[in-house]
Amino acid sequence: MTIATGTDSCPWAPWPPRLLGMAPDAGAIRDIDWDGVRLHIVTGKGGTGKTTVAAALALALAADGRRVLLAEVEGRQGISQTFDVTPLGLTEVRIAHAANGGEVFGLSVDAKAALLEYLQMYYKLGRAGGLLEKFGAIDFATTIAPGVRDVLLTGKVYEAVRRRRDHRAKGPGAAPAYDAVVVDAPPTGRVVRFLNVNHEVADLAKVGPIRSQADSITAMLKSPQTAVHLVTLLEEMPVQETVDTIAELRATGMPIGGVVVNQMREEILTLDVLEAAAHGGISREDVAADLTRVHVRATNALVNGLLTEARDHAERVALERDEATVVAALGRPTYRLPSLSEGVDANGIRELAETLKAQGMA
Amino acid sequence: MVPVLDVDALIGDPQTRIIVCCGAGGVGKTTTAAALGLRAAESGRRVVVLTIDPARRLAQSLGLTTLDNTPRPVKGIDDTLGGSLDAMMLDMKRTFDDVVEAHATAEKAEQILANPFYQAVSSSFAGTQEYMAMEKLGQLRLEADRDPDNPRWDLIVVDTPPSRSALDFLDAPKRLGSFLDGRFIRLLAAPAKAGGRAYLKVFSAGVNVATKTLTKVLGGQMLSDVQTFVAALDTMFGGFRKRADHTYALLSDRMTTFIVVAAPERDALREASYFVDRLDEEQMPLAGLVVNRMYRVSAPGLSAARALGAAEALDDEDSGGPSGDASPKDPGRTPITQGLLRMHAIQAEIAARHESLAKRFVAGHPGIPMVEVPAASGDIHDLVGLRLVGNALAGS
Ligand SMILES: Nc1ncnc2c1ncn2[C@@H]1O[C@H](COP(=O)(O)OP(=O)(O)OP(=O)(O)O)[C@@H](O)[C@H]1O
Ligand SMILES: Nc1ncnc2c1ncn2[C@@H]1O[C@H](COP(=O)(O)OP(=O)(O)O)[C@@H](O)[C@H]1O
Ligand SMILES: [Mg+2]
Ligand SMILES: [Mg+2]
Repeated sequence: MTIATGTDSCPWAPWPPRLLGMAPDAGAIRDIDWDGVRLHIVTGKGGTGKTTVAAALALALAADGRRVLLAEVEGRQGISQTFDVTPLGLTEVRIAHAANGGEVFGLSVDAKAALLEYLQMYYKLGRAGGLLEKFGAIDFATTIAPGVRDVLLTGKVYEAVRRRRDHRAKGPGAAPAYDAVVVDAPPTGRVVRFLNVNHEVADLAKVGPIRSQADSITAMLKSPQTAVHLVTLLEEMPVQETVDTIAELRATGMPIGGVVVNQMREEILTLDVLEAAAHGGISREDVAADLTRVHVRATNALVNGLLTEARDHAERVALERDEATVVAALGRPTYRLPSLSEGVDANGIRELAETLKAQGMA
Repeated sequence: MVPVLDVDALIGDPQTRIIVCCGAGGVGKTTTAAALGLRAAESGRRVVVLTIDPARRLAQSLGLTTLDNTPRPVKGIDDTLGGSLDAMMLDMKRTFDDVVEAHATAEKAEQILANPFYQAVSSSFAGTQEYMAMEKLGQLRLEADRDPDNPRWDLIVVDTPPSRSALDFLDAPKRLGSFLDGRFIRLLAAPAKAGGRAYLKVFSAGVNVATKTLTKVLGGQMLSDVQTFVAALDTMFGGFRKRADHTYALLSDRMTTFIVVAAPERDALREASYFVDRLDEEQMPLAGLVVNRMYRVSAPGLSAARALGAAEALDDEDSGGPSGDASPKDPGRTPITQGLLRMHAIQAEIAARHESLAKRFVAGHPGIPMVEVPAASGDIHDLVGLRLVGNALAGS
């Protein structure tokens, strides 16, 4: 049995309903919120749905024949699990087709591979690469030397954003290899450090190629081409981390994107019923009479149980409403995704992608 | 029969001196640790709870507002049975600094603390937090037993860092240790010590190429920082390792026990499963599993399907219905009942899903004691909430 889910019926949402969410008519130019953004970075507290939302956003952005790269940077194979494809390796592979011919490619960015690629590109290393490996220098640089790992990971993303479809083509008019790049980023606790590579290597590498690489990456990350989106649930800790991270991002000058409120429950009870439920204002007799009419034995236990559930539910909703108010006060474009009762599979991702599109995120 | 995790027996046993709460992120480790600590204290034990990342409001109610990296008494507990409760929140950088200061001369410590490489490692290296949590546990243990006749604490409850994997807690200290012992770091610090004389020449040539290349890429400053750091640290290495090994050994001690916390979700239970197996492998004592945030309905007699059916039947009646004999009724009331039934159906479905996930875990791990803690309708952010969780943990 499935229970339909949706968020349209949310009676208390403090944010205004978006007109854009009303079925875009065919042919009309869709006004999306992140026109001009080519690098979408998705973060959030652990477990809130970063990977899921990044995947849905990539699919949404890929609609109408566009090419999108979806990259993860923590080597967790979250993307391949979400799309149910074989684990991602060191090359970019197509993992999904979007509506009207669009394509999503997947990549699990690997720091070691990025370093070797980088060394090869700039130093034509040859044999020295093996030596570096042998003496543990690659391990050192990719796992131990603080900050270097992040420069390598973001560096690969930077490269993908700038890559041209035809690598000989030059100049601003040349078509990019990807119309957009979406990054499934580290969680809120680490993301600002991850993105602020310039600061991270400032004390460690004052000069040298890593330094100039970090400078270029930072320039891109702080440009209007980039947006850092935050995924949250309507719970205390995820919302708090969202608020804190937005402040941190602002302080470092990173462009803040939208807030995606994930896993929203479908709201069934109307505002006045919730109100009544919270204050014991629902008539037991009426409920019992209704139940009896449809041949459900209206025992005391059942009626009491239902009313208790309604009261608990009203309490939860009230708390969610408080959190939603905090989210609304951030003043960022906000998107709402329903909690899919069957969990998220490849179809679920498509459903979420459509929802993001309908709300104007892509 | 599923064995029940009896937390009252656990905290009532004076032999239990350390309880470690672990599990995947966000499942309720901190909440469980605090609730256990409170319950133990109110049953007469002298408890210290080491939390890592309490939610802000919980931290406030535990009085964790001054962050000085030492335990402070929690106000408002019931101490009629002679117990006490202290709590603290881990300050990872500070704990690391303390370790350095404890192991080096004042002059050397100062040198290390000022080193940029040290600063980066101590505040950002993945695994430092886990390592420092263990280090702090070791310190609390020493502090507890300073005066054996009058121990300051007789029970330490430890929360673990919000790692993505529950196993990180067990692995990170070793990882940090082996990184400080890492090959390249050692080579940088003392290339001459690395091999025999004959070997040395070829060897150094290789090291030189490696070092040169890295210098080109990273800039010379970084490597020289690493060199001074490692040189300064060299004398403390032994102490470092010994300490980590000692704390690790503490974890397999009879006085220690683990509680694995999970939420009734596939991923969290999978993590719990790995952790349970790992504890078994390492012969570390597992008290049992807490499945936290279980959804429960208050009207369990009515199935989701039945509730939906009834809601639809009311719908039919409303619109004249198939039966045709619509009795006169107030249109304002029926929708309320319909709403209640639909809401119940959704909740009953979630509850059933949670129940079946928990059952499957149990089926896969027979013999592991388990207890379920229901999801409260709000956050758990004060002593009242913690007591309720404590009650649930004790199965009442
Ligand atoms: N809208 C949704 N409806 C139902 N389930 C969801 C939804 N979004 C995410 N989930 C589920 O929640 C769990 C966590 O999601 P996901 O892995 O995307 O989070 P994450 O933030 O990437 O986690 P981590 O911090 O571990 O990387 C997954 O099991 C996912 O299927
Ligand atoms: N049984 C419960 N019912 C309701 N909320 C809970 C319950 N257990 C934990 N929470 C809430 O879930 C959030 C995360 O809990 P926390 O203990 O900090 O998780 P962890 O330490 O495992 O990351 C907190 O806001 C907490 O109040
Ligand atoms: Mg993820
Ligand atoms: Mg915690």
